[in-house]
Amino acid sequence: MTSAHSKLYSDDVSLVVVVVDTNPFFWAAAAAALPFADFFAHLIHFVNSILLLNHLNRVVVIAAGVSSCAYILDSSDVSPSGGVGISDTFDRASRKAEEFIAQDARATAGNGSVASANAASLLSGALSLALCYIQRIFRSGTRHPQPRILCLQGSPDGPEQYVAVMNSIFSAQRSMVPIDSCIVGTQDSAFLQQASYITGGVYFKPQELNGVSAIRRLSTWDMFVQFVCQYSARIRRSVQPAGQNSVVSCLI
Amino acid sequence: MYGVGGGGGGFNAPSTTAGRRRNPGDEEEDEEEEGGEGRVLEAWERAYADERSWESLQEDESGLLRPMDTKTLVHAQYRRRLLLRSSAAAAARIQKGLIRYLYIVIDLSRAASEMDYRPSRMAVVAKHAEAFIREFFDQNPLSHVGLVTIKDGIAHRLTEIGGSPESQIKALMGKLECSGDSSLQNALELVHGYLDQVPSYGHKEVLILYSALNTFDPGDIMETITKCKKSKIRCSVIGLAAEIFICKHLCEETGGSYTVALDESHFKELLLEHAPPPPAIAEYTAANLIKMGFPQRGAEDLISICSCHKKIKSGAEGYICPRCKVNVCELPTECRTCGLTLVSSPHLARSYHHLFPVAPFDEVTPVPNRIQRGGQICFSCQQSLFNPDGQSNLHVRCPKCNQHFCLDCDIYIHESLHNCPGCESQRSIAS
Repeated sequence: MTSAHSKLYSDDVSLVVVVVDTNPFFWAAAAAALPFADFFAHLIHFVNSILLLNHLNRVVVIAAGVSSCAYILDSSDVSPSGGVGISDTFDRASRKAEEFIAQDARATAGNGSVASANAASLLSGALSLALCYIQRIFRSGTRHPQPRILCLQGSPDGPEQYVAVMNSIFSAQRSMVPIDSCIVGTQDSAFLQQASYITGGVYFKPQELNGVSAIRRLSTWDMFVQFVCQYSARIRRSVQPAGQNSVVSCLI
Repeated sequence: MYGVGGGGGGFNAPSTTAGRRRNPGDEEEDEEEEGGEGRVLEAWERAYADERSWESLQEDESGLLRPMDTKTLVHAQYRRRLLLRSSAAAAARIQKGLIRYLYIVIDLSRAASEMDYRPSRMAVVAKHAEAFIREFFDQNPLSHVGLVTIKDGIAHRLTEIGGSPESQIKALMGKLECSGDSSLQNALELVHGYLDQVPSYGHKEVLILYSALNTFDPGDIMETITKCKKSKIRCSVIGLAAEIFICKHLCEETGGSYTVALDESHFKELLLEHAPPPPAIAEYTAANLIKMGFPQRGAEDLISICSCHKKIKSGAEGYICPRCKVNVCELPTECRTCGLTLVSSPHLARSYHHLFPVAPFDEVTPVPNRIQRGGQICFSCQQSLFNPDGQSNLHVRCPKCNQHFCLDCDIYIHESLHNCPGCESQRSIAS
């Protein structure tokens, strides 16, 4: 099912679906470099800056936990208090995120199959939800924002999700939705490298610089800025070194 | 010569989709225009006399026509297709032929210039054949397609069997003229000769798009049919005119499917049904181990001549065959030097959804004036499952994870995504 060739806006109007990894095992280990609360705050600022660029932009945040996935934020929802603004977005999103993390922790505690050290987050579930939401946007009419997916991943890949993740990637390729990935942790993610390569997105893993750890660097504004609009992401893609592709082709 | 068999006119009835699909007793693909149980009306007449398709039009307050709500209809069609496919595979794990060698035979005889399909049968066939080839390579990345045309009673091979859709489509669009008679036997003989050279692990198939009502054969076509059957070639036919006995016999003997199209959209549907891999016939399959190579890109500074275009290329622009170290430009392909099939892992991954399909979802009947448990919003797209006036819409539920989904997500999940978001968003409990 391909996207309808519709009359798109002339300006850069995008729908960004952000898939956030909320794996408690990973964030517990990374707490020394950057606590999750700080990271989430930076994410909210990033979301707000996208919304500020163009009033027609939309952002959806989906959290990928260890035992479940859920929608955290949809910028097109009207809040019950009627307020629209940065603090309002922050409040709503934080509350939802806390509820989700608590619920996920309860579900994980009750499930003995999760090994703590290398627990993977449910990337396949979150990508499937993102793609279904994007299909809903395609169906909504002839003028719709340009969709793309941004994955913020820290946990290692779960091999049991391979088939599901590949299915999502091929579906994204058919719908022409680029999947950009930004690695928050220390390990490269083979799934996201494939995803960005096949769908024409950007794969980004910040390096440690001047003693500042990679994850701390990421949270600063100048790292995130390249994902804020689709044109900056395109510039990033064009200067992607060829070496990136050779890493991908080693995945057999 | 075998002419038209069975009764019934009904060439390309101008019946509406509603008229055709609501007939409960008829099967979608087979001879709807056939005589059958002694009833008086033709299929196209039924649409007017019995179903009164004009009555489903509605007007709004200002007298303008309201667009028809085809959503539930489309969904019902889609569910019927899905259940047919899954019931076929339900009983046991059915083996499917993923490496297919398919020849598409296009009939370019005089009958193809008939104008009952607009602008002509030949144009419609070519257009949908192009869409079919693209869909085929999308669903079967490891397969090969070749094209054969029948014109003036002679069969020509248009393109060699190959793995690249662009060259096939270009060749097809370049040569579209029709004349003369059509010969089924010549086409089958030609295809049989080429398919004999295919490796034994491949599934040999022929898809004939037949517009004519007869065939002019130089010899005994029954012998050709038995020859094809012995070579394990599975022949399917899609007819554009009426049902022909010899096509039916051919398909029954070789284990293929014979369908006759009623109009253009029906033809497209029938054609695209041949894109997913069919269940393998027990006697035809040889469960072998197949040798495949997974080439990597060469080093930047490695300069060599590529084996496909004979041009100088740097190693980083092509792939190096793991067995004979020759440079190839694109995948999937067969190495020209050592004959090894070269693929990359995403090509194999594209076929996994055929092996692990998503179970069909159960329909949840809308209960008026009662709050449904858990059925407020669609789990995957967060759209409300209720009408503005509070009535719940028809929606579906996954039998494994019990999440509710709307109809559009149901179609998207089963036709494109092949993952149930509910099942994927859940960590399975260790047994």
